[in-house]
Parts: sequence; C-alpha cells; structure tokens
Amino acid sequence: MELLSGAEMVVRALKDEGVEYIYGYPGGALLHIYDALFQQEDVKHILVRHEQAATHMADAYARATGKAGVSLVTSGPGATNAVTGIATAYMDSIPMVVITGQVMSHLIGEDAFQETDMIGVSRPVVKHSFSVQNPEDIPGIIKKAFHIAESGRPGPVVVDIPKDMTTPTERYPYEYPASVKLRSYNPVSRGHTGQIKKAMDMVLSAKRPVIYSGGGIVMGDASNELTELAQMLNVPVTNTLMGLGGYPGTDRQFVGMLGMHGSYEANMVMHHADLILAVGARFDDRVTNALDKFCPTAKIIHVDIDPAAISKTIKADVPIVGPAKSVLSEMVSIVKASKKQIDKEALDAWWQQIEEWRTRHGGRFRTDDSELMKPQQVIEMLSKVTNGDAYVCSDVGQHQMFAAQYYKFNKPNRWINSGGLGTMGFGLPAAMGVKLNFPDADVACVTGEGSIQMNIQELSTISQYDIPVKVICLNNQSLGMVRQWQDMNYESRHSQSYMKSLPDFIKLVEAYGHVGMKVDKYEDLEAAMQEAFSLKDRMVFMDIAVDPFEHVYPMQVPRGSMRDMWLTKTERT
Amino acid sequence: MRHIISVLMENEPGALSRVVGLFSQRNFNIESLTVAPTEDSTLSRLTVTTLGSDRVIEQITKQLNKLIDVVKVVDLTEGEHIERELMMIKLKATGQMRDEIKRTADIFRGQIIDVTPTTYTVQLAGASDKLDAFIDAIGTSGIMEVVRTGVSGLSRGEKVLSL
Repeated sequence: MELLSGAEMVVRALKDEGVEYIYGYPGGALLHIYDALFQQEDVKHILVRHEQAATHMADAYARATGKAGVSLVTSGPGATNAVTGIATAYMDSIPMVVITGQVMSHLIGEDAFQETDMIGVSRPVVKHSFSVQNPEDIPGIIKKAFHIAESGRPGPVVVDIPKDMTTPTERYPYEYPASVKLRSYNPVSRGHTGQIKKAMDMVLSAKRPVIYSGGGIVMGDASNELTELAQMLNVPVTNTLMGLGGYPGTDRQFVGMLGMHGSYEANMVMHHADLILAVGARFDDRVTNALDKFCPTAKIIHVDIDPAAISKTIKADVPIVGPAKSVLSEMVSIVKASKKQIDKEALDAWWQQIEEWRTRHGGRFRTDDSELMKPQQVIEMLSKVTNGDAYVCSDVGQHQMFAAQYYKFNKPNRWINSGGLGTMGFGLPAAMGVKLNFPDADVACVTGEGSIQMNIQELSTISQYDIPVKVICLNNQSLGMVRQWQDMNYESRHSQSYMKSLPDFIKLVEAYGHVGMKVDKYEDLEAAMQEAFSLKDRMVFMDIAVDPFEHVYPMQVPRGSMRDMWLTKTERT
Repeated sequence: MRHIISVLMENEPGALSRVVGLFSQRNFNIESLTVAPTEDSTLSRLTVTTLGSDRVIEQITKQLNKLIDVVKVVDLTEGEHIERELMMIKLKATGQMRDEIKRTADIFRGQIIDVTPTTYTVQLAGASDKLDAFIDAIGTSGIMEVVRTGVSGLSRGEKVLSL
C-alpha cells in the first residue's frame, strides 16, 4: 500500500472524491497541506481574499451541481471567517465539506496562537463535524464527510485537522474507502408506499389542489418528476424562493413564488386551496405568515427527506418521509395506473378563478412615477438578454426579491441565493464559484450597492483567475429592504439605511482591471447589457441607477393570512 | 408534560455536546440529564427529562434522531417504564435530629453512608418525586448539601433500546 503523509492524504482523498476545485486561504496550521497541494495538479486551489468568499464559492458550486463544494481555511480567524458561509449552506441544506486547520494537538485548549474551538463554534450550523485524532483516519473521515454532506437532507460538514496530523515526514498507508457505512446514519431511500397511495387518493379527490415545492426539488434532482406529475394532473404549482426553477417559470401552470413577497395569485391559490401537496419545502415563516391563519381549508400532504421538517410548524395530514425524486415518480406511476380521475369540472372552475387572480395583479409595477428606471425593469431586461438561461446568483435585499419575481427560471440549479440565512455578500463569490465550473455559461450576480460591498475584495480574486462574471448592481443608494420596512413601519425614519459616500464603482472595478459600465437611463439599458454579456472574457460591473423609492410588492401583511397582502403602496387585499 | 427521553449514541468525543447544544439551540428545556457508557463501550446511553407540549416533544425526538452520532431515541413516557434517580444528601445531625433522620431515612429505604459527630449523609434511590418527598420530610433547615444524578430509566418487560 502507498505511504502518504497526513497532508498528502487530505489532497489525495479530495482527488479520489473527484474534486476539481477547492477554495481557500492558507495559514500556519495549513502549511503542510498547502505544500502537498503545490506538489500536484489534480486538485486546483482558488485563493480568495476572505474566507467567507471561499465558503460561498464552494456553496454555489454545490447549488449548481448538487455535489459537495470544498473549502480549506486555516485555524482561528480563518475558521471563524468561514462560519457565515457554513451557516448560509446549513440554512439552505447545501452539501459542503469545510476543512479547517487546527493548532497542534498538544496545544489545543491552551489558548494557543490562532486557536479556536472550531468544532464548538460551528456546532449549531453544521450537519456534522469531525476532529482528526490520528493521521491514519484522514481518508475514512473525508469519505464520511462527503457521504454525510451529500446524502439525506444535505448540509455542511466540518473536518478539523490539527497541524501535527499532517506532518510531511510521518507517512501512513493510504487507501480511499470505496463506500461508507454508519450504523447511526441511514437516510431513507424511498417513501412509504401506503402513505403515497393515500396521498394520491386525496390529490385525485381534490377540487382546488396546489403543489407547493421548494429547494428539495432542486437539490433532490426531482424537477422532471415534479413537472410530469403537475402536468398530468393539470394542477397549479407554486415554488418557494429556494425552489425557483424546480418547475418551469414560464409554464402556464406556474403561479409564481409564494410567501412574503410571493405573487398575488400564488398566495391566493394557497389560501383558497382544499389540498396542498408540499414537496421539499419546509413551511417557514417567510412562507406561511401567521400559522393560525394559514390556509384554513386545506388538507396537507408533506413530502420531505427530513422527518424533522414535517409537522414542525404546520401539521401534516399525510406525512411522507422520503426523497422527492422517488416519491414523485411513485406518484406519477400511481396516477397513470389509477382508474380514478381528478374532477375536471372542479379543476376548470379552479383554473378560471386562478386566471382572474392573475389578471387582477399579475406582477405589474408602475414605471410612470419616477424619472429613474425601475429595478424590476432591469431584471426583466436581464431575463430577456440572457434568454432566461443564465445562472443568476443573488445577494440579499430588494434586488433579490425582484430577481426572484421577474427572472423566469425554466431550469433548476440556475437561481442561486441565500434564502434561509439571508447573507449579504453571498452573490459575488457565488457567481465566481459557478462561473469557474461552468465557463461557457452566462453567470450574473444580481446585487445592490449595499450587498456588493460586503465581499467586494473578491474583485481581486476575479483578476487572478480570470472569472468573467457579470455584476448587475441595482444601485438605489440605500439599503432598500431596510428602507422599505422603515417606510412601512417607522414613518419613513431612515435610520442608517442611507449609503452615504458610495465609491465610484466604475473606477473601483477598473482599478482591479475589470470593465465598468454606468447606466442611468432605461433607453440605454438593453444595449449596455448586450455589450456586457458579449464581453465573454471580461468581468463587467454594471452600476445601474434605479428608483430608490420603489418597494417590493406584493408584501404580506404581518400576522395575517397568506392572502393578506399589500399590492402597492396604497392598495391592500 | 414531563417526558423521559432515552438516547443510545456513539461514545465519541463531542457527542454529548451536540445533544446539549441541540437543546439550547432550539430552545428545548432540560430538567435533568445523565449519560454513561453501556456494556458496549462504543455506545453511550443518555437520559434526558424534559417538559413540553406534544409538538415540542415530537420535535425533540426528531431533532435528536437527526444527530449523526445518535443511534436510537425513545420517549420512555410513551409506554410502561421504570425510572430511578440517586440522591446523596448531607444533613446536620446533632442531638434529637440524629434519631429523627435515621427513622426518616429508614421509612424511605435510604441508607446512611457517611457519619460524623455532627452530620449524616443519606443515600436514596427512587423516582424523582420520592426524592422530593424525602427533602420535604426532612425540611430544608437541616440540609447542608444535595446532589442528584438525574433520572435514568428503561422500558418495562421485553422492550429494549439496543442496536
């Protein structure tokens, strides 16, 4: 058997796992591993400018591919800088393996230089974590880390490696395990057939059904099965923020995103439904609004890989624990074989009602109340210029909601955003992570002048590795979402939401060697955006001036039901 | 309602902190907690008593099951079960009190396990409410120190929590 040092084992195990890129930042505790990285070419390392970006790059790769992303950060501040990225992945159930350096074993607990109890610090935001105690364990631990990160309900796994586990002169036999078995961890591989049959019987008896699907469809690779089932039944489909692209966004049966900033029709459909088939979604507070007023007439079927997600906030009438893909394909088979048909007359009446709702609001916004262009117009233009086929990596705030509402995602894994944690600064490194792995695809970072400054140092990483992402910065010169809440709930007292002394973004990106474009008029937008995407080899930053007074609508009224919404600044349901 | 949840888990470093962390992170209540290895040294058995509505208890058992180190979870209070807690209680024992404490300890089937001219230490095992009753019977004025293990329990009859 081959003899390798601990440091070499780490790198080799990543290679054997099929990892092409890792994202990281060196430091004292990792020097042996970085030396091992230097001496091979299979695993390529991307040097970020801040560890948070390394985790977001790995995370976005996972969101785009379904495979675990990997980042490598040193002990102490390197590890703590990665925590936000780990928490971001955890909240959205994204598979990730984060290798953190640690001080030498004999120094642990002595407040050594750059020591942090990373296992402790990361505990609430990881699916699992490992601390390496013997170098021989490294291959097995890394195999387990990938297995745990990617299977069941995915999530981030931390592997903490003390420096003395990687000493170059100490060599041990290396063998990468072909498979892994854990007696305490056996995620279900299929749903309970009896429950699935019962569920489909309810669906076929429903008069006002809706499918409410989430990120579980995207990460569970179940988009085709979902689409097939929905279209066989002619049932309306709504997606959560995390689920966008799981069902084709331009299809007639798609009623839009639901929840706090969901479409009028999606929230109305949910509220009036008599049956909700929830798949890979978790009834979170940004979806349900007040729990006691949630969908009063609906029976609920809840399909999820994680039993703990079922009946956590809203009680399920029929719980089904299993992977979305296999459960949905069983559902398709049942419908195909069933003699019972869904009540067509009732469904026609339901669709008629839905079309009325669609006509009533249908995602309209005003363009005549401001000299400046509207953020929604920019997103619609992005959708047009990229044929709805780009990877759209978003930051957090109003621009994120506009992107979710107005970019029509027809494919899964294309909408990449921090849904659960709401991490500002996610967008740019996420776009970098995607572009690096899909060099031929159009990759846009939709951001604002607030979010972009949270990881703007990565403009330097983009220069180093030539990662030609396109940044679409909706510049409203304020922290738009905060400002909107202040307008609505604090009599427009804009406490600390005004971004005074913004940099000249054009000069800034030019200083890093990139292309900057300033757009002030809607008439210039299409040509400028066309040009930006035609510059295939250049990173382009579009600084687009948009109306600072615009709000995101619809917006659910706090403590109301799903149908209680503000539709404009003055109009309520 | 009070529940006794029994957990079989890997005897790994950090496993206990994951369980304890879960309770604080998700705002679950811990009344008592006890943990030790089993006859199989790779496994630990943890017992936690907690208060909560049915919905909360369901979440507690589900979230515990989600922990990678956790092998099996059972809510003992769902079925017939036996629970015991051990208490050692150090009491001022002078004059008439010495006889009184001895008599009360006998009634509760406790044993005096340490004796000095001025103190008795009584050991008592039983359900938690029995230990509470002993404390009430003795009265707080004579108590110098109390240490309790927290509840351990298992199901009655053939039912077992094992691999």
